[in-house]
Amino acid sequence: MKPILLHPDDNVLVLAEPILAGQAIEIDDAELVAPDAVAVGHKIARRALAIGDKVLKYGAPIGSMTAAAVAGEHVHMHNMKSDYIASHTRLATGES
Amino acid sequence: MSIQGYLRADGRKGIRNVVAVAYLVECAHHVARTIVTRSDDPDVHLIGFPGCYPNAYALKVMQAIGTHPNIGGVLLISLGCESFNREALRAAIAASGRPVETLVIQESGGTAETIRKGVEAVARLKAVADQTARVPMDVFELVIGTICGGSDGTSGITANPAVGRAFDRLGAAGAACVFEETGELVGCEKIMADRAITPELGAELEASVRKAEAYYTVMGYGSFAPGNAEGGLTTQEEKSMGAYSKSGSAPIVGILKPGDPPPSGGLYLLDVVPDGEVRFGFPNISDNAEIVELIACGAHLTLFTTGRGSVVGSAVSPVIKVCANPETYRKLPGDMDVDAGRIMEGRGTLDEVGDEIFDLVLAVADGQRTVSEALGHQEFILTYKAFDPIGPACLPLRRAS
Repeated sequence: MKPILLHPDDNVLVLAEPILAGQAIEIDDAELVAPDAVAVGHKIARRALAIGDKVLKYGAPIGSMTAAAVAGEHVHMHNMKSDYIASHTRLATGES
Repeated sequence: MSIQGYLRADGRKGIRNVVAVAYLVECAHHVARTIVTRSDDPDVHLIGFPGCYPNAYALKVMQAIGTHPNIGGVLLISLGCESFNREALRAAIAASGRPVETLVIQESGGTAETIRKGVEAVARLKAVADQTARVPMDVFELVIGTICGGSDGTSGITANPAVGRAFDRLGAAGAACVFEETGELVGCEKIMADRAITPELGAELEASVRKAEAYYTVMGYGSFAPGNAEGGLTTQEEKSMGAYSKSGSAPIVGILKPGDPPPSGGLYLLDVVPDGEVRFGFPNISDNAEIVELIACGAHLTLFTTGRGSVVGSAVSPVIKVCANPETYRKLPGDMDVDAGRIMEGRGTLDEVGDEIFDLVLAVADGQRTVSEALGHQEFILTYKAFDPIGPACLPLRRAS
């Protein structure tokens, strides 16, 4: 399974199909084992990321890491945040 | 491929030859719609403005659309006592060399008699429009708009960047390409400003996004919806980058406001968020309000990217629908012109889909009907807004010429 690299500068990749934990994935021609199950359209780390690292997608910063991630790990609300305005979840917006 | 356009008296060239029937207040809507229905012609379209109170923006947009290159003639339907300046609208259309007639319901014998006279008027306008000369038209004479609606996690990966590829090719060929919705560019303003052809224009681009952010904050509306996170988007700037990718990679040559024609080819941002204090509610209450504003800027056709699956088209200018999500395409194949979601499944590349969009733009410009046109979609919505004129730094090319 080869995730999508949207821009050469990016440090995250986008999944064109869902992956399971333990599944083999290909990142920059190297094969590794996916640590998480991740859904289609979501992001995984292209390389190890540290707290405070800018997350680059489309070649542009889309937020910062709030926790470290290893290569192949899911990058989402649990380990990154907006540098702009906080994202709302359904619960936080009061919608059912 | 050569495009056969319609040469208007003002020198502009259209890709359709539409007779528009325009209601000037909601009270004239039924009469106007019935005239369109009875005319039973795919090139007779309904447009209009529902408000009874005057609005300079609405007049400007109606004047711009009444003199749009795709328009061959206009019938105005007035109730009689509304505030809309029908004389100014009629004068602008007549000055452009297009045939225009006005029917005032209160002076024309009421509903039934106005409908009867209106159907006859449309036939007369159509006969004049049919005399319009067909002439060769080049890509550099096209104005192309783009919007996204019903976006999901696939939009920024497939359809939006594919439209960006097509925009790059169209812009390189000299066409004017217009992207919009500053409220969905929050987080992109710095990188967008870096693409401006002058530092002053870059500052205006950033200011337009700051204005949108402030406006939407007052509205209590957050562009980042919970469904975006479920689809894999984490932050507002990530969502914005997906929408922004429709603009391609060309330099940005100017900012337009609704009704402003692009003075040259190249890539423009349309600033759709009203100026001044917050009035009249949401900037654009639905996707078609944005399409109408692109058409008011002269867009001959619009590239509409959708993930969840919008089905709309538009009056006056064709809409090409580019479907981002392969699952949506399988559910709504009859409503989509381009299957960009195949990129997700390895059945095509961004460049291939971008080329397909480019080729389809030329075919539609030459007369091929889009799926929404063939299905009879002719949506049109225009509501109250207020704008200041664009600042002197917004159009560097006009200033230089």
